[in-house]
Amino acid sequence: MGAYVGDRLWSSVLGLLGGIVLLVVGLVVLELVKVSRPALAAGAVRFLLQQDWDPVSGSFGALSFIYGTLVTSAVAIAVAVPVSVGLALFLSEMGPPMLKPVVSFAIETLAAIPSVVYGLWGLFVLVPWLRETVEPALQRFFGWLPLFQGPPIGLGYLAGGLILAVMILPTISSVTNEVLKTVPGSLREGAFALGATRWEAIRMAVLPYARPGILGAALLGLGRALGETMAVTMVIGNSPEIHASLFAAGYSLPAVIANEFAEATGAVHVGALAGLALVLFGISLLLNALARVLVQLVARGPAKGSA
Amino acid sequence: MRSSVFRRIVNTSVTLLCAAMVLAAVIPLGSLLWLVVSKGARGLTASFFTSLPTPVGEPGGGVGNAIVGTAIMVGLACVIGLPLGIGAGVFLAEQGDGAFGRAVRFTAEVFSGIPSIVIGIVAYGIVVIPMHHFSALAGALALALLMVPTLARTTEELVRLVPGSLREASLALGITKWKTSLRIVLRTAAGGILTAALLAVARAAGETAPLLFTSLNNQYWNVRPDQPTASLTVQIFNYAISPYEDWHQKAWSAALVLLLLVGGLNLAARYVLQRSAAGGKR
Repeated sequence: MGAYVGDRLWSSVLGLLGGIVLLVVGLVVLELVKVSRPALAAGAVRFLLQQDWDPVSGSFGALSFIYGTLVTSAVAIAVAVPVSVGLALFLSEMGPPMLKPVVSFAIETLAAIPSVVYGLWGLFVLVPWLRETVEPALQRFFGWLPLFQGPPIGLGYLAGGLILAVMILPTISSVTNEVLKTVPGSLREGAFALGATRWEAIRMAVLPYARPGILGAALLGLGRALGETMAVTMVIGNSPEIHASLFAAGYSLPAVIANEFAEATGAVHVGALAGLALVLFGISLLLNALARVLVQLVARGPAKGSA
Repeated sequence: MRSSVFRRIVNTSVTLLCAAMVLAAVIPLGSLLWLVVSKGARGLTASFFTSLPTPVGEPGGGVGNAIVGTAIMVGLACVIGLPLGIGAGVFLAEQGDGAFGRAVRFTAEVFSGIPSIVIGIVAYGIVVIPMHHFSALAGALALALLMVPTLARTTEELVRLVPGSLREASLALGITKWKTSLRIVLRTAAGGILTAALLAVARAAGETAPLLFTSLNNQYWNVRPDQPTASLTVQIFNYAISPYEDWHQKAWSAALVLLLLVGGLNLAARYVLQRSAAGGKR
């Protein structure tokens, strides 16, 4: 009899510990709303669509931060997705098997480096390189595009996007690798049996099957990029403006929180910054949920349309 | 049908392109590690580990108080975060297959992607606002909240590696479920759980964003958890964005210290995992 009491006790203790995870998430949402209430009370929608950010005169428009976050994340995704997918394909489908543990170790190391160290490297290595080599070259060849105009100062959207690309690369490539592992070997064998080259097998059999998972991996990377703070704060230039050129200095949502929160003047300023955090929280919650669902879809079995 | 020569050329060039992507990923890593080690080593003396930061231009000075501050905050974070995270992970591994378990797992997964700066604001709301000043406790709470979801998922994965036959053998001998869980499954998974904990500690030690407005910074020695406290990461940030050459050097040296700390923890985690995996199979 006593044994059953023990079992029931153990199972309820475990259930309680699991429930704590849900409680913690609830607490996070509650606190965010509580801290940001003063600003939300002052008009929440207006707040997102205006550009002026001037805590002294009490105007809090978040548009330039949202813009900066979107632009840097877009650059990061545009660079990191091809690199990560290429890397994952090379490691799991093409390259010599002995290379795999070495490169995986390198990628894991990349994931373990703290973001402030990335920022340091970005500030003193990436930014000067962009200023002296990359941006002048881009300007010479693509200067007619509005994306690459203005003085090459190094600090700016491009630097922010590139450092993000390096930082989200481990996330995207490792999830892509997991996804590729779930592709049944028989698909590849079938393609090879029909005389396909390795690339044709990948293109016609592996990639269609893995596509939702790779999309999920990219979304996970995007989620990380949107919320990444320190490295971007150190290289984006921190000026609350909107520019079409990637060379210009900008600002991002997490960066403004990082720079201003500790010295925020008054409840409305704190509230406005917490409101930005709430926006960030909402976006990353959605992206992460969507990404997880996509990755699980692939893991569970044949995706629709994988003819 | 295109000629087989053309198809083979396409195949080779795509392979080369993908190989180039591997290089593109590894080069920044190489550059970063090399620069942190070479630049950082220049300023690394014994007193760098033991002395307080000095004002600009004054020679010497180090990050002793920041190392202590990071240790205190990560330690406090472990006290709060490790039991919760590991407990939730054990729950997921042991009885996480029902609807409730799936909900917890999904929440933990989604929650682990929440930006750390957002968690900093939560800790600010819970600790800093009621206390009216910044403190190590607030920083530690932020780090603990960040630990829980990832730790839960890693713990689950590593506990699930315990072969089902062990559990079945124990149950077949008439041992109750809870004793089987505690004495057979968890004892076998102890190495895996330790690995998960070490990884969580490494991640917490490298966090900067949530500390900026919870523990703030401190130029002096501090061991009181209710006072603002220096941390290695915030110190690196402040040194790096300063306009002084002398402080940039300190940023590199402090970054080297941080990398050694985080890298050491990661290597330890790897070692423990490998040892316990080798032992578990016997």
